[in-house]
Formats: sequence, structure tokens, C-alpha cells
Amino acid sequence: MTPASDVLVIGAGVIGAATAYFATQQGLTVTVLDKGLPASGTSSSCEGNILVSDKELGPELELTRYSLGVWHNDLAEYKKLWEFEAKGGIIVASRESSLASLHRVMSAQSGYGVDVEELDREALREAEPHISPEALGGASYREDCQVQPMLVAAHLVRLARQAGARFVADAPVTGFLRDGDRVTGVSSPRGDFSAGAVVNCTGTWAGELAAMAGVSVPVLPRRGFVMVTEPLPPMVHHKVYAAEYIDNVGSSDAGLQASPVVEGTPSGTILIGSTRERVGFDRTVSTEALGLLARNAVSLFPFLERIKAIRHYHGFRPYCPDHLPVIGHDDRAPGLWHAAGHEGAGIGLSAGTGKLLAQALAGQSPDLDLTPFAPARFGEEFSGASTTVTEHTEEATA
Amino acid sequence: MSPAGNRPGNDGVNADVAVVGAGPAGLAAAVAAAEAGAAVAVVDAGSQPGGQFWRHRPETIVPEPDGRGHHGWRTYVDLRSRFDAARAAGRITYLPGLQVWMAQNYDGGFTLRTTPTVAGVPPRDNGSSVARTVVAPRLVLCPGGYDRQLPVPGWELPGAMAAGGIQAFIKGNAALPGKRFVIAGTGPFLLPVAAGVAEAGGQVLAVLESSSGSAWLPHLRAAAGVPGKALEGAEYASIFARHRIPYRQRSIVTEVLGTNHVTGVRTAKVDSVGRVRPGTERIYQGVDVVGFGWGFTPQMELPLSLGAETRLDADGSLVGVVDEHQQSSVRGLYLAGEVTGVGGASLAVLEGLAAGTAAARGRALSSSKTMWRHRKFAQAMHKAHPIPPSWQEWLTPDTAVCRCEEVTAGQIADARDLLDARDARSLKSFTRAGMGWCQGRVCGFATACLGEGTGNQGAAPSVGSLAGSAKRPLAAPVAIGELTALAEPAETNLQTKKN
Amino acid sequence: MNAHHNASPPSSAEDAVTLTVDGRVLTAAPGQSVGAALATNGITAWRSTRKNGRPRGLFCGIGVCFDCLVEVDDVPNQRACLVEACDGMQIIGTYPQNERGQA
Repeated sequence: MTPASDVLVIGAGVIGAATAYFATQQGLTVTVLDKGLPASGTSSSCEGNILVSDKELGPELELTRYSLGVWHNDLAEYKKLWEFEAKGGIIVASRESSLASLHRVMSAQSGYGVDVEELDREALREAEPHISPEALGGASYREDCQVQPMLVAAHLVRLARQAGARFVADAPVTGFLRDGDRVTGVSSPRGDFSAGAVVNCTGTWAGELAAMAGVSVPVLPRRGFVMVTEPLPPMVHHKVYAAEYIDNVGSSDAGLQASPVVEGTPSGTILIGSTRERVGFDRTVSTEALGLLARNAVSLFPFLERIKAIRHYHGFRPYCPDHLPVIGHDDRAPGLWHAAGHEGAGIGLSAGTGKLLAQALAGQSPDLDLTPFAPARFGEEFSGASTTVTEHTEEATA
Repeated sequence: MSPAGNRPGNDGVNADVAVVGAGPAGLAAAVAAAEAGAAVAVVDAGSQPGGQFWRHRPETIVPEPDGRGHHGWRTYVDLRSRFDAARAAGRITYLPGLQVWMAQNYDGGFTLRTTPTVAGVPPRDNGSSVARTVVAPRLVLCPGGYDRQLPVPGWELPGAMAAGGIQAFIKGNAALPGKRFVIAGTGPFLLPVAAGVAEAGGQVLAVLESSSGSAWLPHLRAAAGVPGKALEGAEYASIFARHRIPYRQRSIVTEVLGTNHVTGVRTAKVDSVGRVRPGTERIYQGVDVVGFGWGFTPQMELPLSLGAETRLDADGSLVGVVDEHQQSSVRGLYLAGEVTGVGGASLAVLEGLAAGTAAARGRALSSSKTMWRHRKFAQAMHKAHPIPPSWQEWLTPDTAVCRCEEVTAGQIADARDLLDARDARSLKSFTRAGMGWCQGRVCGFATACLGEGTGNQGAAPSVGSLAGSAKRPLAAPVAIGELTALAEPAETNLQTKKN
Repeated sequence: MNAHHNASPPSSAEDAVTLTVDGRVLTAAPGQSVGAALATNGITAWRSTRKNGRPRGLFCGIGVCFDCLVEVDDVPNQRACLVEACDGMQIIGTYPQNERGQA
């Protein structure tokens, strides 16, 4: 048995890394385990979004705005390490009806303090000169940002280690150590690890790990494909997406959905996202998904028709039935905490999640009420929902 | 259930056996399958048959190539005439100028999606300038390989080329990419490259081979099993003597010199593990082309994308596992040529014949003994020409490792040491090494070695690291306009993918 | 583009193809690749790298490395080693003209 830590973080993705980092900032002793290397799950196969524009009004938006503050303040000095880019987002409407819905959303968001500005036809073209002639207008969200998510996770792990944390790679959890009901640690092929608190930051695998501890946390995978173009001179300047994106994010429809999300990156490539499908951990490349992405992208930016895609990748976004993450202590298994299920928003929410959870782990009252994210909030109908998922994934890289 | 997107549209070609590649293995597989009675479709990136090994000038310009500078040309002529006869008889559908960008398994077969190798320029042969989809219950992959590279300071300067690139230039263009050459690396392939340069009128200042002749001694028995190879060796010896080409063993290029173009190379002698021996440095001036080859890297993206089981070969390359009929771990998927282990054209032809025959359900051939001897020879060759274990010591922190994204050895070492990026995939995520245009084809092996090492000591990469680097969900760049045609909503039920 | 020296220009003028490279007229032997046409005319670099602006030309020579990308008849990012040089082709590189001839 290795020496006990105050906090044992399971999973070195972006959520686990942020939790570990902020726990060390609270003066806690921390050990981080990962079944592989840092940032080898969903963190390595997403787009690195820090978005305000697509959030449901309510607890999700509150957490987003809190997290944005953490990115800008607590983590300000590290922005360069993970290529933090305040590129801003633009939602584009190409039909009168979607323009009307967009205006409704904008006014509701303004009421919640979101920094959103209407773009008319000309202003939209000034912001994005290559946008489709069919685009009628849009909304500009200056707070939307982007990071390189793998670098976030890896550097936060490194910073946590600098602050005394221990990182153990290739250590999949095989079981929990218990003292009666209480969770006191985990077993792994790399040994047993005991801790005052075990934090489940295993993303899409969070349901499985919870089940291992005898509790149900309904985190399910939702597959998303992203396509990457050849490197180009700057053609797309913001994160540009279509008005229907907002509808899809909150949808539980199992079918293939996609709305165009097109954005330039500092490396010159353009990312074209993103489909959303509930297909379990199916890694089969879907030609339907690629076709849908391509059609949507060309309808937003017609010049893309002649541009080549050089790779695509897919990841499994962890989501809960109510599309809110689980963050906090699990009263059903004392000593076990969860921070998972952030769906497509995990990168953006990671900083806030980590800081709030670290406050709670240190016995403080967190800056934001975590009740809406309580792990035990789901009814019995969801118990066992995640245990059908057994196959693990090896996703491609951005 | 097979998704609707897997069925060929009206651009589709249905066949009993699909073959990818028209080099030694692919030609042999196509001919064998067709002669066994199968309807065969051959997809090849090249604009005419031959692959890299039998690359020749465009047949529109030189209709009857004489095979000068080629080996096994009689084999090619034989395979080619049988290939042409099978095409004329309608048993082979030949689709040149097309690259497979995605291969998919579906129940009982395979779908190949293709894109023109050169956009907007129709290949001259049969006008298959538009992307075609090939569907077949059995597939033979013969995608070949390319020169394996180790980075060295200055290797990204114009004039530094892959050794095979120099040979391809000569064979395909009847011209030379420069005047004064140095050829360096390891392996017997350096010999025909240098000989080809000299025979085409170029000056070879030196051939630098990192291993030594004595490395061959333990493997003489294997070499004796393939007498043809000894004849080839004698032929090169005579060309080297005629052109006075110095062949320096235990020698490497430590730096390519020049500002905007190669002007020279710095060389040194090395010990048995590749450590530079102090005081042996030497500079060759007036060099305009330096060719590098460190063995070959098989093109593994298609076998990997179909889920074929892989292993490490004696040369450290990731290759596909096959049975005695060249069938991979995936039912109906056959592999032949470099993707089963780098072994040269003669072995590739034998494997292609075996794979094509088996894929067409023909009667098994009895060439296994000859194949076994060729494989023994190839393994011996790999062991005699290893990647020098200490090659990382030749690098400086600012040596470019990934040419596309201009990622340096220092950046890779930092990601490995500070961020725990120990495999090629993590290094790609953290540094962008392997994320550019070539998708890690050139730097993948070196990056994987650097990830496994410590300090400036490298280590041989694992299967997992190499496979992570060689997995390329798009096997070739494809225009987004071409993708828009995939599975229009009208022809596919989007709800079929429900859990 | 980086003009270095004349390696082996086409032997006879009458069967040569003519192409324009950044406004300069070159001849090549029929059937040669664009890359070979450039190299045999002494042009060995025609692309600048995105990050450091360094010159690039042929490397792998067989379509694997994408170092030799060039614009051919308005189609960007073509592999010069794979495109056959044809009469009247317009080739545009990204390596600065003023670097030409420097070694």
C-alpha cells in the first residue's frame, strides 16, 4: 500500500487534471491515476471549446460563466501553454425562421448577462468574409474561446506534480478499497492507493467506475465526428456555427445529427464539426456522418468544397440524461466523489469544475452551489443505464 | 446491418476480388486472381502499372520500355502481359490514378472509396478520373512502402531527398535531380540507388552505410538460400568499381550543410551502436543532392483501418500478420508485399500470387519453400542493417523531426519528459509532430523512437506506439466536395444507428 | 523559387512541353513530372513552410511526404512529384521569388 493521499483523482483527462491541480492549490495531497497516459480519452478527441453561446440558461450557464472566470483569472498565467485563444463565436442564421429564433435566444441570454451582439448581413460579412451568400445575419459572442485540450490536461497534471501531486500512468482501477460503506481507495495493477477522497473523473467511463463502487451514475457516451482540413491561410476567423446547433446540444435524440461548426485554428487547419450520435462506443467510421459534416460545412462556407480533408477524428462525449454534469460527493458511497458527464462542454467547464470541487474537498463551501449537479439526483429508472457499456475506445487524435 | 453508405452508387464497381496497388505484389495478385476465374478490380494510385519498383516513363512517351536499370524486368513483362490479357478479356477492371481514402468492412465484404491521385488531371489510361467506389467480398491490399527516415540536422533543406525518391525521379523522368550526390543510411537499397545515379550520368561522391560488412557474417547461410541476390550484389560491385563510387561502412551523415539548398554534408565514422567516433568527421563540399534511406516503412493505414492484427518485424517496422495464404486476421482480407514485412520485389510477387489465388478461391500454390527462403534472407538483411540504437545522439535540440509541422527534437523531448508523452500518439497531440500534411508518414517512426527513449538515448518503438502513429482515418486527402456526395439523406435512414 | 543549377535540361527542343512557373517560361521533356520539370530547370524549392518560411521542394518523390506541394492550373496543393507536366500548364509556388538562385 502506497502512502495515503487526501485526494485520489481517477482519470487524467482535462477534468481530472483540473481537479488535481486545484486540489494541490488547496494544500491537499493528491495522487492521480490514469489507465493510460494523460489526455488519452475524450480530451484528445474534441475541439477544445470554451463556449458561453450554446449553454442552457440556468445552472449550466452559471457554471460556464464561473469557469470562464477561472480560465481568465486563476489560470491566466498559463494561457500560452495551452494556446488559449479568445477567438469569439458567431452563430449564423440562413433562414428567416432561424434568424427569428436566434433573436429570441439572444434577448434571453442578454437577460442572463451573456455578452452577445447582433450582426446584420454586412457586419456578418465583415467578420467572416467567406461566409455563404445565403447567410442572413448572426450573433457574435465575444466570450467564446478555445484551448488545445490535450495541452491543458497535460500541463495541469504537470503543474499539479510541481505542487507535490503524484501521477501514476497505466493504472486502470480494478476495484475499490472499502471500510464498511466508506470508499477508502482503489486497487490497480500498479498497486493499491488509499485516500480520504476518491474522485471519479473518468469521463465516458464514469458510469462503469461508479458501478464498480456499487452506485449508479448514468453517464452515457455520445459519439461526435470532427473533420480537419489541409492547412490554409486564414479563411475562417471565429468559431462559426449554425443556429440549430443550440437545439442539438440539448437533444436526446439517438439519431445522427449535425449542424455546421466551422473554425480556423492557429495551425492553419479548419475544424469541421460536429456530429452527435448515440451509438455506444462504436468506433466504426460513419460515411453518413462524414457526408453530413461535409454538406453542412459547404453550406456555411462554400469555398470549402474545393478544400481537402486530411483527417477526421471522433470522440465519445460523456453526457447525463438531463445534460448536466455530475459534480460533488456521492452520499450513497461516502468518500467517493464524481466530476464527469460534461458532454461537449468538458473543456470549458473543467477549470470551474476543478476549482469548485477542490473547495468542497477541502471542506469549504464552494463558490457556486453544486446541488444541481448532485450525483445522486437521478431516479431509479437510470440505474444500470451505463453498465451496458463495456467496450473501451481508442479514439483518433485532433 | 450494412449501412446504406457502404453500397456502391452508380459510380460503383463490383468485383469478386479487389486489389489495391499495381506494383509487384498487386500485379501478381490481380493476375493470379483473374486467372483463377475471379472478376478483379485493381485500384492504383499510379497512372500506369509497375508501382515504385517497376516505375517507368509514361507509356504514351515510351511505349515499349526496355527495362534498363530495372531488376526482375522479365517478371514484370510476364505479369504485365497476363494483366493486359485479363483486362482485354474483361476479367480485370483497372482503375489507375485513384487513391483509396477509406476502406470499410461490411457484412461479407469490403468497400473502397477512392479519390483522384491528382485533382483535375485525368489519368490517361481509361479515363477513371472520377472517384469510384469498389465493392468486393475479398480484398488484397498491396500498398507497398516508402523510405524510412531518421532526422538529422539539415535534412529539411531542398536537395535532401529520400533515396527512393532519387530512384523514382530517374526511373520516371529519365533525368537526374542534381549532379553531385551522397547516398546515406543503411541497407542494400542504397546500392541500386547509387548505381542508378551513376548510370544516369550523376556523380556519386560516396555511399555511407551505417553498419559494417562483418554484420553479414552470421547470416551468410540465409543469403546463400537466394542466389539471385548474390548476382545483384556482384552487378553493383562492378558498377561501383566502374564509376569509382566510394562505399564507406560504419559511416553516417551527421549534418546536411547549406542555407537554402544542400551544399555539402558533414560525415563521421560510427561504432557498432551508431555513436560518432571523435576525430573522424569529414566534410563533402559541392554536394547538391543527398539521399537518405533507413530501410522501408510499409503503408499500414488501410490494413489498420480494417482491423488487421499487426506485429513488429525484424527491422522494427509495423507489419500485418498473415497465414500461409496471406490472409490477415480479418476474414477475406489478404495482405501481400511490404505490408507483411519488407522483403523485396521477388518475395512480393510470390506473396501476391499466393494472395490473389487464395482470394479467388483457386488452388493453393506450392511456392512456400521459395517464399520461406526469401523471408529468411530478408530477416537476415534486416538484422545486418539495423537502425543504429544511438541515432538520437546525432540530433541537436533544434533538429526538425516532423518536417510538415516543423517540430524539433527538443520540443519532442520536452513533451516526453515534462508531459509524459511517451508514445507517438501523445507526442502528436502535444507537439503536432505527425499532424501535418503527411500525417506522420515520414516522422512517425522517429517520433515513436524518441517517445520511448530517455535523455538522448532512444529505444525501439512498440507495436502500440507505431500503430497509433500509422492509424490514419483518412488514408489520403479527399476534397470536401467529394464527401458531400456520401450517403445523401434521401438514400439512407439516419435512424438506423440507434442503440 | 530556389534556382540552383541546371541538372539535366531536356535534350531536344521540338518535342518539349512548355510551362509557366511564376511567370517564367520553362521547357520540360514530355512525360516528366512537374517536380522533375522544375528540378531539371534548376528550380529546387517552390514552397515555403507555414511556420518558419523555409524553402521546400522534392523529398520523397513518390507522393508520400507532401513537401513538394505547388499550385497547378489554379488547383492549390498538388504534389509536384505526381502531376505530369503538360503543355501550357501554369505553376505557382509559394517560395519567394527573391530567394531564387541563392544557395
